[in-house]
Amino acid sequence: MRYLPLTADDRSAMLATIGADAVDDLFADVPADCLLPGPVPGLPGHASEMAVERHMTALAARNLSAGSAPFFLGAGAYRHHVPSTVDHLIQRGEFLTAYTPYQPEIAQGTLQVLFEFQTQVARLLGTEIANASMYDGSTACWEAIAMAARITRRRKAVLSGGLHPHYAATVRTMARFTGDVIDARVPVLEAAADDAAVIAAIDGETSCVVVQYPDLLGRIPDLAAIAEAAHAAKALLIAVVTEPVALGLLEAPGHLGADIVVGEGQALGVGLQFGGPYLGLFGCAEKHVRQMPGRLCGETVDAEGKRGFVLTLSTREQHIRREKATSNICTNSGLCALAFSIHMTLLGGAGLERMALLSHDAARRTAAALARVPGVSLLNHAFFNEFTVVLPADAREAVRALADKGVLGGVSLGRLHPGEAGLANGLLVTATELTTDEDIAALAGALTEVLA
Amino acid sequence: MNAPNASGWRPALGEAGEAGAATASGDRGLHFEEPLIFELAEPGARMGVDLDAPSGDVMPSLARFRRQAIPALPGLTEPETVRHYTRLSRQNYAIDLGPFPLGSCTMKHNPRLNEKMARLPGFADIHPLQPQGTVQGALDAINQLATWLITLTGMHGVAMTPKAGAHGELCGLLCIKAAIAARGESRDVILVPESAHGTNPATAAFAGFRVESIPATADGRVDLGALRARLGPNVAGVMITNPNTCGLFERDMKAISDAVHAAGGYVYCDGANFNAVVGKVRPGDLGVDAMHINLHKTFSTPHGGGGPGSGPVVLSEALSPFGPLPFTVRTADGTIRLIEEEDAAGEHPQGFGRMAAFHGQMGMYTRALTYILSHGADGLRQVAEDAVLNANYVLRSLDDVLHAPFGAAGPCMHEALFSDDDLPDGMTTLDIAKGLIDEGFHPMTVYFPLVVHGAMLIEPTETESKAGLDRLICSLRSLAGRARAGDATLKSAPHFAPRRRLDETLAARKPRLTWQGEALPPQPPSLSEIGGS
Amino acid sequence: MSRYFTKDHEWIDVSGETGTVGITDYAQSQLGDITFVELPESGASFGAGDTASVVDSVKAASDIYMPVGGTVTAINEALADAPELVNAAAEGDGWLFKVTLADAAELAALMDETAYKAYVAEL
Repeated sequence: MRYLPLTADDRSAMLATIGADAVDDLFADVPADCLLPGPVPGLPGHASEMAVERHMTALAARNLSAGSAPFFLGAGAYRHHVPSTVDHLIQRGEFLTAYTPYQPEIAQGTLQVLFEFQTQVARLLGTEIANASMYDGSTACWEAIAMAARITRRRKAVLSGGLHPHYAATVRTMARFTGDVIDARVPVLEAAADDAAVIAAIDGETSCVVVQYPDLLGRIPDLAAIAEAAHAAKALLIAVVTEPVALGLLEAPGHLGADIVVGEGQALGVGLQFGGPYLGLFGCAEKHVRQMPGRLCGETVDAEGKRGFVLTLSTREQHIRREKATSNICTNSGLCALAFSIHMTLLGGAGLERMALLSHDAARRTAAALARVPGVSLLNHAFFNEFTVVLPADAREAVRALADKGVLGGVSLGRLHPGEAGLANGLLVTATELTTDEDIAALAGALTEVLA
Repeated sequence: MNAPNASGWRPALGEAGEAGAATASGDRGLHFEEPLIFELAEPGARMGVDLDAPSGDVMPSLARFRRQAIPALPGLTEPETVRHYTRLSRQNYAIDLGPFPLGSCTMKHNPRLNEKMARLPGFADIHPLQPQGTVQGALDAINQLATWLITLTGMHGVAMTPKAGAHGELCGLLCIKAAIAARGESRDVILVPESAHGTNPATAAFAGFRVESIPATADGRVDLGALRARLGPNVAGVMITNPNTCGLFERDMKAISDAVHAAGGYVYCDGANFNAVVGKVRPGDLGVDAMHINLHKTFSTPHGGGGPGSGPVVLSEALSPFGPLPFTVRTADGTIRLIEEEDAAGEHPQGFGRMAAFHGQMGMYTRALTYILSHGADGLRQVAEDAVLNANYVLRSLDDVLHAPFGAAGPCMHEALFSDDDLPDGMTTLDIAKGLIDEGFHPMTVYFPLVVHGAMLIEPTETESKAGLDRLICSLRSLAGRARAGDATLKSAPHFAPRRRLDETLAARKPRLTWQGEALPPQPPSLSEIGGS
Repeated sequence: MSRYFTKDHEWIDVSGETGTVGITDYAQSQLGDITFVELPESGASFGAGDTASVVDSVKAASDIYMPVGGTVTAINEALADAPELVNAAAEGDGWLFKVTLADAAELAALMDETAYKAYVAEL
C-alpha cells in the first residue's frame, strides 16, 4: 500500500521490541466478539492510483461544471475568477499539511497569514477587529446571534425576510435547542427590502436584528436606518454579507452602524466546490472581543524582542472554558482563509473595486437583456451583481428547462422557499466579471424559448 | 536503533543568535524575516491581476449606497505575492517536513491524489444550487462516501453535512435531543468523562444540556460503576471518546451502552480516534447511537493550518429519523436525490432541520473518498494496525525514560501517553516540547488530557516509517536525559526556530488583533508565562 | 476592620456593612500572569458561593466566588487597563469589587488569617 511505509520485517522487529506475538495482541482490550476477523464485509479492497483516478474522473464527468456553460447562479455562492497563484500557493505543503498553530515558534507562517487576514477582513467589513474565520457564513450568522444574546442579555432575534433561507434555517435549528426566540419573516416580491417591517418588529426584548446586505433578492437595505432603530432599543445590528465582492462598491456595514458583521468569504479565492468548504467572516467592535467566538491571532514579541504572532484570548474557547466557552468551534477554515487572503492581496482595494464594478456592469447588461424577454419583469430598483426577475411561470420548471438547454440560468426562489406560492415565479440571477456577452445572449435566448 | 547524527555534530547554542546581528537585511541565509503585506505596499492602484477597465458607471439608484473610500487594502503584483507567501510558508512546520506526533490530532500523510481529484472541475466548479440533474456525479460521490462510512461503522445512517468534529458533536446531540422530545420526555443531562476533549462539554452546553462529569478508574477508563449510579430519568445520554483521550480502548463500552440504553439514554461516541480501529471494529457493534468521524483525521484530508475539517455523523436506527437536512438517497433507477426542505415533510418529517447552508464539505468528501478507495477495506484495516503498532513501539521505546501512567496496564491504541512524573523539579513537559522543536520535530500534544499531570500525548500515525520513528525516539530519549541532568538550555528552548518563546501574556493583556501601522513598543518579556504552560 | 478568607482563595475585608473582595496572594501566584479580570456590574446581587467575577490568565479562566451574599457597590476600575495589579498587589490595590453585605452572620463560615495560612500550608 503506497501510503504505508512499514515493511513486514519492520512489523516483526517492532512487535519484538514491544514484546507482542501478533498485532492483534495490541487490540486485546477490544471484546473478542467485536474484533473483526478480516476486512469489513461488503466493501471492495484497495485500488491503484490509476484505478481511483479513473473512478473519480468518471464521477466528475457526470456533472455540468460552471465553466462549461453560461452560468448565472448566486444565492450565497459566487463564481469569480480566482488567479492561478492562489491555488498554487495554498498547496505549499507547509501551509496545506500544518496543524492549528499551537506551537507558535514553528507556525509563524500560518499565524502571520491569520493576522493579515484579520486585518483585511476588518477593513473590508468596516469593523475594528475580525477573527481568524468560522466554518461558513450561515454558522457565523448563528454565532453572531448567540454573541448578541450574551452582550445584551436578551434572547430574541429579529430576522429580515431578505436573509438567505439556509441561514435562517440554521438559526432556527439552533434556537429550537437553546430556547432563543427567532422572529423571522419571508421575503415579499417587492422592489425594496423589508426595512420597515424589520424596524417595526424591534422591541424591548430584542437582542439583535439580522439583515443581509445585499439581501437574498439582490436589494440593498438601508443599514444606517435599521442600526439607528436597533440602537434606540439597545439592540444590536448584525449585518450578513454573502457576496464580499459587493463591498468593493457598497459602503461597509461597519461604517453604517452594524455592531457585528458576518459574511461568507467563499467568493474570494475559495471557489464554488458544490457548497463547501467555505469561509465564515466575523468582525465586530473591539469592546466586544471577549464575547467573540472563534480563534484569534494577536501580535506579540518573542524572548529576543522580535515581533511574532500567537493565538490569543483563548480563555474564551472550548479547550479552556469547556462548558462555559463562547462557542464549541475548534477547527475552522484555515486554508480557505489563506486562499481568501492571497486573492485579496493580489487584488488590493483597487482590484476589488474593479472586480465589483465589472460584476455590476455585467449584471446590468444581463438585467437589461432579460427585461426584454416577453413576460419577464425586473423586480429590483437597485442591485449590485444579483437581482430578481419575475417570470410568467414557475421558476423551478424554467431553471430545469434552461439546464436541459445547457444553460445554468439562476436560482429559483421556489427551491429556496418551498411552499411560498407568492415566490414561485421569482428567479435570482447573478453575473460577475466572468460573465460574457455571449453568455447573456444565450440566457436571454434560452429563456425566451422556455417561456414561449 | 541508529543514531540519526552519526558524526556526533551538534549545533552550539547561541550561534544562531550571534549570527543574527551580522546581516543588514535581518535575514540569515535561508532563514527569512518577512514583513506584513501592509508594510510591503501602501493601499493604492497596484494589483496582481489583470482586469478590464469597467465602465465606471453604477446604476443611479445604487449611488447612495456607494462606499465613500475603497477598502484600505494593499495590493501586490503576482511575483511579490508568490514571494511573500512562499517566504512565510518556510516559517511553518508541516507533515511534509517530518513527523508531527500531535496526539489526538492525527497528523498523517496527506496523499496528493486526493488534492488532484478534488480539483477536477466536475467537483470544484459546480454550484450547490444547480439543478440536481446537472450534478448527479457529485451527489453520487457523496452517496458513495456515505455508504462507506455507514458500512465501516456498522451503523444505520449518516448525516454528512457537519463542517468539523465539534459541529458533528452538535449534530449528534441535537439528534438525541430531538429523539427525547419525540418521546415526550425532557431529559437534560449529558454525562461526560473527566478526560474528554473540551469540545464535548462545550457542545453539550451549546445544545442546551447540563453537563455532569463522570470519574475515571485508575487504569484510565470510564468508571462503569460510577456511571451506572448516575444514570436516571434526567440523563439524556453520555459522550464517550473511544479509543479515549488517554489512547486506551474503553473495554466496557458495550456494558456502558447497555446500561445507558436500559436507563432510556443514548450513547454519543466522539470518533476523533476512529483511526485506531477503522476496519477492525465497528462502533455499531458496541451499541453506539451516534459518532462523528473527522475526515481530516481518519481519512487524511489536510488540516490546512486549522481547517477546513469535515465531521459526518453516523447514526443508529433509533436516531436516524432525526438527522439534519439535506441528505442523499439512491432511487431504484440509480439516480441520486438530494432531500431538501421541500421534500422533508413527506420523507423526513422528524428531522431536526438544517445545520448550515448547502450540502456540507464537498471538497473534503472527494478527498476522503479518494483515500478510502485507495486503501479499500483491507488497506484501512492495515491503517489501524500500523497506527497502533507504531504507537506501542514508541511507548515501549520510551517508557524507561519517561513515565507512562497506564503503561503497566497493557498496550495502548494509536497514541502513547506520558506524564511529567519522572522529570526533575523545575523541568516541565513544556521544556521537553520546546526542546523537540530544536531537534527538528513538531512537539507532541502537551497538557492534554487534563487527567494526567503534565501530559505528553504522542500519536505517530501509520504513515511514519520505522526509521522515522527511531529518529524521533532517539531525540526524545536525549531530551529526557538532558532534563534529568538539569540542562538549563532546555528551559529557554527553542533556540533554532524562526522565533524564540513568545510572550503570550503580553498578547492577551494588550490584544493587537489587526495591524495598526506601528510596531509594538519594546516590552520586557514577562518571563514567568512565556510560552505558557 | 477584619479580613476573612475562603477555601477558594478569596478574601473579604469587612468594615461595618461594607466588604471589599479580592483574591489572595497565594491564588495569584498559582494563576500566574493575569491577563484580564471580568468584574460584576455595580448593583448586581449575589448569594454566598455565586460566581461574581472571572480572572483570566493565559491558559486558564478562574471563577471568583462571593465569600458572602451581598450587592456590588463598586468595582476596581483600574483593573481594566492594568490586570497585572492583581499579580503585584492581590491583597491591596488589586482588589476586585466592594459589596454591601446581605447578612453579616455568613462571615462566621469563613476563615481568619491564621486559619487560612494553616489551610494553604496544607495544600
